Amino acid sequence: MKPFTRIDAKAAPLALSNIDTDQIIPKQFLKTVDRIGLSKGLFYDFRFDEAGREKPDFVLNQPAYKDAGVLIAGDNFGCGSSREHAPWALLDFGISCVISTSFADIFYNNCFQNGLLPVVLPAQAVEDLMAQARGGNHVISVDLAAQTVTAPDGRVYDFEIDPSRKHKMLNGLDAIGETLQKAPDIDVYESARALDTPWLERA
Amino acid sequence: MAAKTLYDKIWDAHLVAEGDGETILYIDLHLIHEVTTPQAFAGLRAAGRPVRRPDRTLAVADHNVPTEGQALGAGAVADEEARLQLLTLERNVAENGIEYFPMGDLRNGIVHVVGPEQGRTQPGMTIVCGDSHTSTHGAFGALAQGIGTSEVEHVLATQTLRQAKSKNMRVTIDGTPAPGVGAKDYALAVIGAIGTAGGTGHVIEYAGEAIRALSMEGRMTLCNLTIEAGARAGLVAPDETTFDYIRGRPAAPKGAAWDMAVAHWKSFFTDEDAVFDREIVLDAAQIAPLVTWGTSPEDVMPIDGRVPDPASFATPDKRASAERALDYMGLTAGQPITEAKIDRVFIGSCTNSRIEDLRAAAAVVQKAFLEGRLVAPHVRAMVVPGSGLVKAQAEDEGLDAIFKAAGFDWREPGCSMCLGMNPDRLAPGERCASTSNRNFEGRQGRGGRTHLLSPAMAAAAAIAGHLTDVRDFI
Repeated sequence: MKPFTRIDAKAAPLALSNIDTDQIIPKQFLKTVDRIGLSKGLFYDFRFDEAGREKPDFVLNQPAYKDAGVLIAGDNFGCGSSREHAPWALLDFGISCVISTSFADIFYNNCFQNGLLPVVLPAQAVEDLMAQARGGNHVISVDLAAQTVTAPDGRVYDFEIDPSRKHKMLNGLDAIGETLQKAPDIDVYESARALDTPWLERA
Repeated sequence: MAAKTLYDKIWDAHLVAEGDGETILYIDLHLIHEVTTPQAFAGLRAAGRPVRRPDRTLAVADHNVPTEGQALGAGAVADEEARLQLLTLERNVAENGIEYFPMGDLRNGIVHVVGPEQGRTQPGMTIVCGDSHTSTHGAFGALAQGIGTSEVEHVLATQTLRQAKSKNMRVTIDGTPAPGVGAKDYALAVIGAIGTAGGTGHVIEYAGEAIRALSMEGRMTLCNLTIEAGARAGLVAPDETTFDYIRGRPAAPKGAAWDMAVAHWKSFFTDEDAVFDREIVLDAAQIAPLVTWGTSPEDVMPIDGRVPDPASFATPDKRASAERALDYMGLTAGQPITEAKIDRVFIGSCTNSRIEDLRAAAAVVQKAFLEGRLVAPHVRAMVVPGSGLVKAQAEDEGLDAIFKAAGFDWREPGCSMCLGMNPDRLAPGERCASTSNRNFEGRQGRGGRTHLLSPAMAAAAAIAGHLTDVRDFI
């Protein structure tokens, strides 16, 4: 996993609540056996019309936001399907941080497996950032080590994050490698379990 | 000893190691399918890591399979990308010695139908799958949750999951429902009450006399939709209904092991004085047959009601979302929802494709048929059983004959038009009465308009040609 430390990037405002993972990446892009190249499906129905032409109104199609690195979104971002294609598509598009008042659990979790930082801020802070991002001045800084978001106007917002998730994200650690270091614990657990629930063991 | 909830007990029974905020939790059963696993197996291969417990893993092909011609096998699937995914799964399970029910096998079907049907899903277990509707298996008193592909890889490699513990929420539904009201309506009522993010960060346990009275199929419908209320897992404590369902299934314990298993399963219940972080109480008698009007599962209303006015919502955000939803759905504030003329009916999905669901729909269809009524001429209606075994049982009971005689299309099993990854999907603007779980924009096909409802309500809508009150049909 690519570590996430700090970014200074343009922020795109997407002021909709309950943006689900079907909207982040529709079904037709899930028929892949790869993790790469998914940016083509990101927000597909928002970005393109039925004939495949870009919709000029959509924020990520506007010249000022085409190279956005941060997305500011409404409540409950990433609800619905567990598809990890959603964070893959955002990252592939160049977005490595999403700011919202709340995230759906599975999406939130998937972000941390991939180096995409989900930042939770209070409603007023998200509104302030959203308003500034709508204006011309929309470069913001997100610093994971310091746990801060610095708005274009210089205001600094602190955010909370689980310390172990922060540590893994800052260092790009491989969760499987870490867990495999605990293989003896898993062995011990399995031996005990086999006695408790023998009917689950295959002869 | 402190009183514990059912969730606490399952959690504690699966602790492998505890660390800084995250716990390593043992996983008893890992269900896999073609769409969310190819990248996980590729990751294992690249790192030279084996699958730790192939015997705790079960694979099916469900998300992108066509609902016809399944006997021809994955190689005959016309969609090139779907075919590649299916063949990739076949290779991955063969290389790793994982049990697999291929497309066309009688035992294959939707992953959340197959696990319980085979007796693989059991009380007190931890169950994961790369699919958010894994919450379904909570109906058995198992901690079952959807995970992403990176976590699928983690479970394949370690048979564990790293996780922080959720909070406890209890939803109690007492009372006796009116005729025509059931598990789907309970679930929609809960989502409507707490909102689609209401359960975020929680595991929901369902309790109360209306829950105890539900069949396993009903409990699965309820737990299935728990994710639409934002909670990753739903739970119903196991009881005799649970044990009766499991008994005799292929993977159920047999002989002396059965008694040992039941004794073990009976230890999974919430202690009387256990404290929940949040409690919700509903009265089943107050719940009407429900239907969704918008593009979020929380947009629910009684079938005899009028479409809400966006101005009636509390916040600017909610008002904007409601306006957008009405526009997308082609509805007007204040109109009776029964005026919504439908083009399609979909009876199926991991929410409502089990035998009891098909029986409930068929009963409505049969009664109408005997009164000389068929599927409305402008409606295309399809029934997609949840598995090959459900399909076979329905055919044994003659349900397929009822559906076909009335003009329904009787299909082969799979996820089908719930998410439209296969050829079954809505055309732009088409309105569908659907027993599935998500009415998101574009979910069933770009521009498609989905109304979520129960199987009996979907059947009634097919006959009437518009959304209608099932109570007029029973």
